[in-house]
Amino acid sequence: MEDLFTIGNTQLQSRLLIGTGKFSSNKDMPGAIEAAAAKIVTVALRRADSAYEAENILNYIPKTCILMPNTSGARTAEEAVRIAHMARAMGCGDWIKIEVISDNRYLLPDNQETIKATEILANEGFIVLPYMSPDLMSAKRLVDAGAAAVMPLGAPIGSNRGLQTIELLRILIDEIDLPIIVDAGIGRPSEAAAAMEMGAAGVLVNTAIATATDPATMAHAFNLAVQAGRSAYLAGLGRVMPSGAAASSPLTGFLRDGEVL
Amino acid sequence: MSFLQEMEKYKDLDLPEFFSKIKDQDVLSALRKEKLNCYDYLTLLSPAAESHLEAMAQRARRMTIQNFGKVMQLFTPMYIANYCDNLCVYCGFNHDNVLERKQLTMAEVEAEAQKISETGLKHILILTGESQKYSSIEYILAAVQILKKFFTSISVEIYSLTEEEYVRAVQSGVDGMTMFQEVYDSSIYKELHLAGPKSIYEFRLDAPERACRAGMRNVNIGALLGLNDWRKEAFFTGVHADYLQHAYKDVEVAVSTPRMRPCAAGFSPRVIVNDVNLVQYITAYRIFMPRSGITLSSRESRMMRDHLVKLGVTKISGGVTTAVGGHTKGEDSSQFDISDTRSIEDMAQMLYSEGYQPVYKDWQGLY
Repeated sequence: MEDLFTIGNTQLQSRLLIGTGKFSSNKDMPGAIEAAAAKIVTVALRRADSAYEAENILNYIPKTCILMPNTSGARTAEEAVRIAHMARAMGCGDWIKIEVISDNRYLLPDNQETIKATEILANEGFIVLPYMSPDLMSAKRLVDAGAAAVMPLGAPIGSNRGLQTIELLRILIDEIDLPIIVDAGIGRPSEAAAAMEMGAAGVLVNTAIATATDPATMAHAFNLAVQAGRSAYLAGLGRVMPSGAAASSPLTGFLRDGEVL
Repeated sequence: MSFLQEMEKYKDLDLPEFFSKIKDQDVLSALRKEKLNCYDYLTLLSPAAESHLEAMAQRARRMTIQNFGKVMQLFTPMYIANYCDNLCVYCGFNHDNVLERKQLTMAEVEAEAQKISETGLKHILILTGESQKYSSIEYILAAVQILKKFFTSISVEIYSLTEEEYVRAVQSGVDGMTMFQEVYDSSIYKELHLAGPKSIYEFRLDAPERACRAGMRNVNIGALLGLNDWRKEAFFTGVHADYLQHAYKDVEVAVSTPRMRPCAAGFSPRVIVNDVNLVQYITAYRIFMPRSGITLSSRESRMMRDHLVKLGVTKISGGVTTAVGGHTKGEDSSQFDISDTRSIEDMAQMLYSEGYQPVYKDWQGLY
């Protein structure tokens, strides 16, 4: 049976989403996206320039992919909404990744403004994937606001520090009934595999692929890691023994004392 | 709050004494730190750190690629006027210099904008001399209205404004401002800025902060290298950037590292800042402020710029003229001589050959 998941009304097989910032050339992107077998590709609208064909990043996204513009650069919900409207006007479709960041040092998202923007855009028919700091109550509000998935960070954007927020991610995966896509912070394929083993619906990777010496090969490695992690999750991870051996004298043996065998 | 109060914290800092105590071990220890404080930054600016330049460069390069990617923002300046009320002894636009004073008409602004936009650039930096009489805020903002037809990001490098004027500029579509303090040492500042509004040190020092409060997205600061001990100026530029970024988290704070160039004023630099010094400054700043932009102008030579793009710089100019109307007319009455005369297209080719993607557009003005 195919292992699919759903965002909005779209059924998806690939659980690796790709970001497009930081590549040394737009020309490197199609190969990396193909090697990643990615279906959803996010592009900062701020970079898109339909007036300059040769350098327009949008021309390098394979037509078979779902283009998901993002609101990078938005500092408030209002700015995010305006950027989303521009994206729609440019013919970028209805998918939108909301990024509202008013912290230039760590690029941490503003959950409150993100919830506001999500509600406005979901009501306007956008398929909204909000990037957020992993917080259960904020995630619940994003669900109520009409998000199509929730994208908590594993570590600050571009930090390649892995799943630093693992305990909070676990809670979101357990408690939120939308796909949880770990976005930001994943620096190596093994970390993507770890997120998938935990039950994340997918991961979004940019820096680790775009800044690799060989982006296409790294994208392929992430593809394999995401599939491995997903398979492990579906297979059910085996029991992890605590340190030290199991007690040789059972602590509940007394319950059977005097049983007639 | 003013950056003056922040500077007060360092009033007893004796740089020669601080530097005399820095040993190799201190430099290595600062280099190993995940997050550097101001004194770690100063340690990397020390003479002792010069012998660790390669390690600094390696870390600066790694951090820049991680935070910004293998991309480089392109921009070009557009001089729209050169009238000036100031007497800055080192500047070609200085009020007492005999040169043809000009101010572009709105039709000329449009012609320049058209010419520049043909390069594909979507970011523009407009400059004027500092004359509120000739280059009034109304004149500058009228030019901005024309530029909005051609560009998606407009920055200004003009005289210090009040907070209310910065608010007007932001509301008109200006998203970035560049303001060089020139020299952070207040006594040297007074010696070099003899007359005009710019001679008021504090008003200029707080201009970037007023712009931050007014909602400017990008604030670019810098000291003009050659007027004072570069290590001290580099230190206070970094502390100033850190102070602004801490207080105004949503602003993209960047620095420029301009070295003095020959100009009509005929002023010789008081201090020579050599190539090694410049590399030390840029790499130390990158390690101290991993997410902050570093802007490199065409004052630097082609050779230096080709190498510096790999060491921390995130934004670089091309197709530069420092003359009013220079993009459509010939060169005359420029503010200073540039060194790297390459066009935007040449710069893009150089960047591609170095493994960097030239970025022509990195913001979509919300107007």
